[in-house]
Amino acid sequence: MSGPDSASGRGLDWLDATGPHADVVLSTRVRLARNLQGCAFVSQAGEAGRLAVLSRIEEAAARAPLLEGAAMLRMPAVPERQRRILHERRLVSQELLGAGGEPLAGTAVIVPAGSTASLMVNEEDHLRLQGLAPGLQLMEAWRRVDGLDEEIGRTVPLAYHNEFGYLTACPTNVGTGLRASALVHLPGLVLTKEIEKVLRGVSQVGLTFRGLYGEGSGVVGNFFQISNQTTLGKSEEDLVDHVARIVDTVIQTELQARQVLMRDARAATEDKVWRAYGLLLHARSLRYEELMSLLSGVRLGVALELLPGPLVRLQNKIMILAQTAHLEDAAGRKLAPEERHAHRAEYVRTALEASAAAGNGEKGGTSGSQP
Amino acid sequence: MPDPKTCDMGGCDNPAVVRLEKVVDGKQSDHYYCESCAAKRGISLKPSPSFDVAEMLAQLGGGAPDPAGETESCSFCGLTRAGFKQGGRLGCPECYACFEVKLRQLLGRIHGSSQHTGKVYLPPDPAPDDAGRRLHVLHVLHGRLEKAVAAEDFERAATLRDAIRALEAGAQA
Repeated sequence: MSGPDSASGRGLDWLDATGPHADVVLSTRVRLARNLQGCAFVSQAGEAGRLAVLSRIEEAAARAPLLEGAAMLRMPAVPERQRRILHERRLVSQELLGAGGEPLAGTAVIVPAGSTASLMVNEEDHLRLQGLAPGLQLMEAWRRVDGLDEEIGRTVPLAYHNEFGYLTACPTNVGTGLRASALVHLPGLVLTKEIEKVLRGVSQVGLTFRGLYGEGSGVVGNFFQISNQTTLGKSEEDLVDHVARIVDTVIQTELQARQVLMRDARAATEDKVWRAYGLLLHARSLRYEELMSLLSGVRLGVALELLPGPLVRLQNKIMILAQTAHLEDAAGRKLAPEERHAHRAEYVRTALEASAAAGNGEKGGTSGSQP
Repeated sequence: MPDPKTCDMGGCDNPAVVRLEKVVDGKQSDHYYCESCAAKRGISLKPSPSFDVAEMLAQLGGGAPDPAGETESCSFCGLTRAGFKQGGRLGCPECYACFEVKLRQLLGRIHGSSQHTGKVYLPPDPAPDDAGRRLHVLHVLHGRLEKAVAAEDFERAATLRDAIRALEAGAQA
């Protein structure tokens, strides 16, 4: 059986844990919403309209140097499981998968080589460009997506208004069309029950928070996505800088909360993170929500040096590759829920054992936390 | 949805799109349904916009909505104001011109401003001419400078003045 790693290599660079603050920030993302001038927005376009837009965007993409070697995937032509893999890798949204998992004609995704970006075609807007970067690198993600935007906009006329800026289907995105977000892991604030206060503060300064997979998704594994709420009236750099500064404050608050845990509840915290690691290493059946919750404990344990491993990169990889479509891809068939939970547990166990054997985390040795 | 499920209804194998959390006597249980089985159980999947733009639009201008205004429509795509209020989405770029006055108020309420201050977009030109493009950007920036001065936003005005000077210096170089 081939491992889940054998799925197409695209779309994983953003989780390599090399970015700044990788112990708290999993990844950052900046997306731009764009529409073509003179074309009805997606909700009004109909099939012929969507196909016409797709054809013009494909042409523009083919002429963009930054998209040389990019994969262009028309969603209806992509096998169902591969579509879900793209979603699990955060390269396409739930909306692009279509109602009932049937994508609309004319929907597509363009994934550049290196896959730290993706361009969704005919999602809510004609074009949703996103730049992804590991750790907290919002400016980096912004520059990446700005470059793509420049190249596309040079070939195909975009809908733009001198007063309102870039025009979008929903008025909440108009102006810059920019949404900058950071995916942060905040177990310290959750355990010290400070999280609500922090999230309230985040809301008061014009930012919003969501779950791992964006709008409408629940919070799992203590991961929160923090992003700007408004898109008009500030420059792109100001919006990105504002999110970066607030996320930096959230990081500092989280690190303080972790210190409080270590000072006031070290034994309980140590027990919790080792239990999480033990369960991951020995469980024979794991639901995804349970996996995320346990990984959250392990991530905290490694960050606090209570656990010797596994490396953050491996934790990130498990988060993605232990999802349903990746597991089914590895198995080469659809898995019933119970089977899926068993495959997930086996994959996690094997990955952790391999990591421990390679010296990147010992399964039962000294914790590294002894005084 | 990190872990796609199949519908819990007997005999239905569709992918689930709804999770229903039930708490009975303090015990929580999760149930998963596809779109059609959810509808049969009276669960609506109609998305709610993150801002209630329809509600905001309805409140604009105060008082009861103008019945004549409800049927006002976009000359390009035909979307009516009533249609926008219902769906919270505009139909095409031209809608912004057709509903400009109302939208300016709405954008002010959502974003705190209706004036874009980000990138100045230059549409592709069949014969790209650097001088012509620079003139266009200068024209836009001068317009923004005038607005910033009128609004007594002197910090922004200073930034715009610097940008204009830099562009003009570039033209002479």
